[in-house]
Amino acid sequence: MLTYTIRRLVLAVPTLLFISLAIFLLLELAPGDPMANQPLTIPEEVRQKMREALGLGQPWYIRYVKWLIQFFWIEPQVMVDHWFGTAFAEGKQRVLSWQTRSPVMDIVYQRIPQTLWVVGVAYVVAILIALPIGIYSAYRQYSAFDNAGTFISMIGFSIPPFFTGPLLIVIFAVQLEWLPSVYNTVHEVVDWPSFKIQLAQMALPVMVLALQITAQLNRFMRASTLDNLNQDYVRTARAKGLKERTVVLSHVVRNSMIPVVTVIALNVPNIFGGAIITEVIFKVNGIGQLLITWLFANDIPGVLTLTFIFAILIVIFNIIADVLYGLLDPRIRYD
Amino acid sequence: MTDTTPQETYGALQDKEPQKPPQSQWREVWLQFRKHKGAVFGGGFLLFITLAVIFGPYIWTIDAQKLDIRAKDMRPIYVALWDGDAKTSWGHPFGTDQLGRDILANMLEGGRVSMAVGWLAMILTMFIGTFVGVVAGYFKRLDGVLMRFTDLVLSLPILPITLVAVTLFRQPLVASFGPEGGMFILIVGIIGVTSWMQTARIVRGEVLALKEREFVLAARSIGTNSAAMITRHLLPNVVSPIMVSATLGLAAAIITESALSFLGVGFPSDFPTWGKLLADAVSRMEAFPERVMLPGIAISLTVLSVNYLGDGLRDALDPRIRGR
Repeated sequence: MLTYTIRRLVLAVPTLLFISLAIFLLLELAPGDPMANQPLTIPEEVRQKMREALGLGQPWYIRYVKWLIQFFWIEPQVMVDHWFGTAFAEGKQRVLSWQTRSPVMDIVYQRIPQTLWVVGVAYVVAILIALPIGIYSAYRQYSAFDNAGTFISMIGFSIPPFFTGPLLIVIFAVQLEWLPSVYNTVHEVVDWPSFKIQLAQMALPVMVLALQITAQLNRFMRASTLDNLNQDYVRTARAKGLKERTVVLSHVVRNSMIPVVTVIALNVPNIFGGAIITEVIFKVNGIGQLLITWLFANDIPGVLTLTFIFAILIVIFNIIADVLYGLLDPRIRYD
Repeated sequence: MTDTTPQETYGALQDKEPQKPPQSQWREVWLQFRKHKGAVFGGGFLLFITLAVIFGPYIWTIDAQKLDIRAKDMRPIYVALWDGDAKTSWGHPFGTDQLGRDILANMLEGGRVSMAVGWLAMILTMFIGTFVGVVAGYFKRLDGVLMRFTDLVLSLPILPITLVAVTLFRQPLVASFGPEGGMFILIVGIIGVTSWMQTARIVRGEVLALKEREFVLAARSIGTNSAAMITRHLLPNVVSPIMVSATLGLAAAIITESALSFLGVGFPSDFPTWGKLLADAVSRMEAFPERVMLPGIAISLTVLSVNYLGDGLRDALDPRIRGR
């Protein structure tokens, strides 16, 4: 298992290099001049100097390697400096955003907590709702509860977040006036009342995200439990006189959780991607909204770095899912 | 009484006539499909929406772009049921927007674009996916390379990449194909290029299994070449998984197009699509909730019906479930 994990981690390096190259080339091939928004009165030689100041003076492969060094070598040093007060990255060039002229990663660090809060809470809420419903639907297959569950998750699948978002705003923020529709990003949690405000402003985005995740997970949990309920070991457990409760909760559920856990891990990056739309609707200043802002501002280094962070998430959670699968299920042997 | 008819005792041993004449495979599929109520409704609704957006603009002939500032901000006709003072008119059953454009005409026009993008992107996705899957499954030498490539593409962050590509490549395509045509090609192309991977994996798996079957061996023994083998023997046998993933692809393509329009990187603003209509209406949804609801419901119902259709197709095309 350990060798497998190490092999996967080593293999992840070329994958990530390829992905970064693909994203870099995509941005490189795209037309669009970062100087296009400067006044036309600027003479050509000054324009050229400005371009070089943005780091555009060299051919693409040199800029690519420099970006790699900045991202994989200098940024970790900055992180170490920040944690331990050392000075490894002193005076070294970091990845700078064209829009703000400040290091890209500093802005990302400011934005990540909001995304993690919203996405994380939504995921936990969705798991807590989806798993019991899935188990019960499978246990009472084709009952009214199961049919209702199937129908609701079909709807959850089909309604896109950019529709549920405005819908919930109209219902809860405009008609009922229970919850704020805009995420107050400077709100700080210091005591109980401010924590309640934080919960209220997170409620709507979390609802939108959780609906989608619940719909997917619920289906998986149901299918997986159904597979296990007809197995021989369930009959054996019942035959030796175990209580129905024990049979379902400790035998069936534990075995059905194996594929579901990997699905939960595999879906994490998707949720970050899906959070882009939710963050835009509710004006949460997370990394998804940051990506949109930078995209419209034509901020190439920012977009490159942020898209690559999404790619890292995907690769890492793929590995986590595979390793978890091997750890949880003794029938799976990788070596 | 012992003299019961002996035939009953030996009934199980007697040959019986088949209860029904043999039927073609597709007839069996259709019979199974008809049992799935949701799928029949879904298929019917999809057909209805497709026909409505194709022929609707010929029946409802108001120009979607026509400005009629005197008839602006009309409410849909059903608002009159509970609010007699609302500004409604049978001339605009779904109301008009803030520039007096008819919303029904816009919905039909927008549906045309959304459905066209959905269908074309889905066809492109299926084409690429099937091609890669069949080639990887059939030619052993290409398998490794193609599947590693598929894995790589699968680990790309799709939504961010789509956003990046649509934003950055808008200019040149718009310059060469016009604002609408350029965006259309761009969006269909990008959805196609970024969503073929699942289909390719499924098709490859099926082809790998089919290749070991006797009929393939028989076909090879009479000297069938690769092209005929693929088109005559392999492709007809992978149609069912392709059809199921095509429904998923159609739903995903419609949602992606609407999401792009919603985020403001899709079609130009005077060119309605369902996502665009929804996005434009969000800022005034307190006063005119129907402008968000109508396109939103159209998107959701279409996707819902496509999903149900896929569900029913999966059951109908699976010989292990069929006939139970």
